[in-house]
Amino acid sequence: MNILVYFEERNGAIRKSSFEAIEAAKSIGGATISAVIVTANASSVLNELVKKSGVSKIYVVEDPRLVHYSSRAAGKGVAEAAKAAGADVVIIPATGRGKDLAPRVAVRLEAGYVPDVTSFSAESGKILAIHPVYAGKASVTMEITTPKKVYSTRPNLWKASKELSGDASVETLSVSFEEKDFAEQTKELVLSQGKIDVAEADIIVTGGRGLKGPENWGLIENLAVALGAATGASRAVVDAGWRPHSEQVGQTGKTVSPTLYVAIGVSGAIQHLAGMSTSKTIVAINKDANAPIFGVCDYGIIGDAFELLPLLTEEVKKVRH
Amino acid sequence: MKIIVCVSHVPDTTTKINLTADGKNIDPSGVKFILNPYDEFAVEEALKLKEKNGGEVIALSVGSDSAKEAIRQALAMGADRGILIKGEKTDSFSVAEMLSQTIKAQGPDLILMGKQSIDFDGMEMAPMLSELLDLPAATVITGLSIDGTNVTAEKEVEGGKEIITLSLPCIISAQKGLNDPRYPSLPNIMKAKSKPIEEISGTASEVRSIVIKMDKPEKKRANKIIEGDGNAAGAAAELVKMLHEEAKVF
Repeated sequence: MNILVYFEERNGAIRKSSFEAIEAAKSIGGATISAVIVTANASSVLNELVKKSGVSKIYVVEDPRLVHYSSRAAGKGVAEAAKAAGADVVIIPATGRGKDLAPRVAVRLEAGYVPDVTSFSAESGKILAIHPVYAGKASVTMEITTPKKVYSTRPNLWKASKELSGDASVETLSVSFEEKDFAEQTKELVLSQGKIDVAEADIIVTGGRGLKGPENWGLIENLAVALGAATGASRAVVDAGWRPHSEQVGQTGKTVSPTLYVAIGVSGAIQHLAGMSTSKTIVAINKDANAPIFGVCDYGIIGDAFELLPLLTEEVKKVRH
Repeated sequence: MKIIVCVSHVPDTTTKINLTADGKNIDPSGVKFILNPYDEFAVEEALKLKEKNGGEVIALSVGSDSAKEAIRQALAMGADRGILIKGEKTDSFSVAEMLSQTIKAQGPDLILMGKQSIDFDGMEMAPMLSELLDLPAATVITGLSIDGTNVTAEKEVEGGKEIITLSLPCIISAQKGLNDPRYPSLPNIMKAKSKPIEEISGTASEVRSIVIKMDKPEKKRANKIIEGDGNAAGAAAELVKMLHEEAKVF
């Protein structure tokens, strides 16, 4: 079986979720894994990748017009690479871009598609993919019945390998792009400065309505700094204007799966759980013993966040330094 | 401006779900169905554009008769007419194919929809339609401006925001933050009852994926809860110790 993984590039580097997708591909088993990059200029990323990529072959689709990312052009590039690789399976990380890209590749390959996969298994030659549905209240096991199969994989659920093989061959594909492939262009990517994004963080400290007001947010930030964590916010906190929407975790915000998720003063409405229930370890701090968040946590303290936060911050500092 | 808004009829997020006997679907009895909340942002944006530029807003859905309720809700918000493609929703690809046929026949300037339906949460409809209709698309959009045929859209991504430019006709999928959807007024709810909903039959071309089973996640969390009242320092120390030594997360 041949599996093609999409390498998403940002600022001259391949994103971590792409290396996680390689591990997802390995979990299917018995496959030859190759990768594709679609970019304006691959030389800088390739220098690193030929040393360390974890795949046997890297397909490169280059076009100067891709200096402005275009979802359609990327879709065409990945589909062409899938054909060149004779790929039975294409795996695309379910990032902001990946969720837009993967369905396009599926249409181009006439392939069935399962989005946001959280685990794979193989059963008598069939690939079964699990995908959370109904805000995480259920999960569905899907089988794609077309010869070609496309999946997107939820970030942070597979652990990117540190020992990546470095003997990949490189093949540059010539894809005949048309003007219309660039009809939509990402003109600008405005990155928030100096903060770990909640969707990519290994540890997240999320504050909810229990914090009472924006003036108390420093308590959340102090703990986050001690843990090397990103800060997240519940819907109530974002709706109240204390925090920007970019920090919102949940169905309306971002879906996260960090190693450690700490929910402070968050009741745990189903919409919130939909965005974080696949976190590895969940910690809840809430003064309401009946808060639903306690039903889904690994560890919890029933108590006053204002009293507990400074104490936790100090304890964490002791352990981490 | 002719605008089509694709809407879906989905179980309310807060509703409890039970599985059917064959374990492949949810049991719809006793489940409250609503207009997909993200589609409300799409309907609102369509109505605002119509108020500014004139034209027509069509609410389009695929499904059984019950999907008419979602269309009716869009009509109550102010859409002009509805189209229901009566067909079985086997998988997202075939739904996209059914939608694309009707959209092609209608020839709209703009196609709007929610970023995802809150049932299967797949986010695939707008990109699939973009490919099937050969039209540009911008997905998960929190800001939209249209000047002539030039469209500028804002999208939140990990760690920042993208500005996407494209031109009409195009497809936009809406994220929370795009606008504040209006509530249907009583007169508009009454008016919506007499607005036309055309029914056409749709056939799924090919089944490309099948559900093997559906599960409700089992709780497999450690669930160790410490009573912190009157013992805050002890509780904090114990929690950090467990995270460090037992869960080994830092």
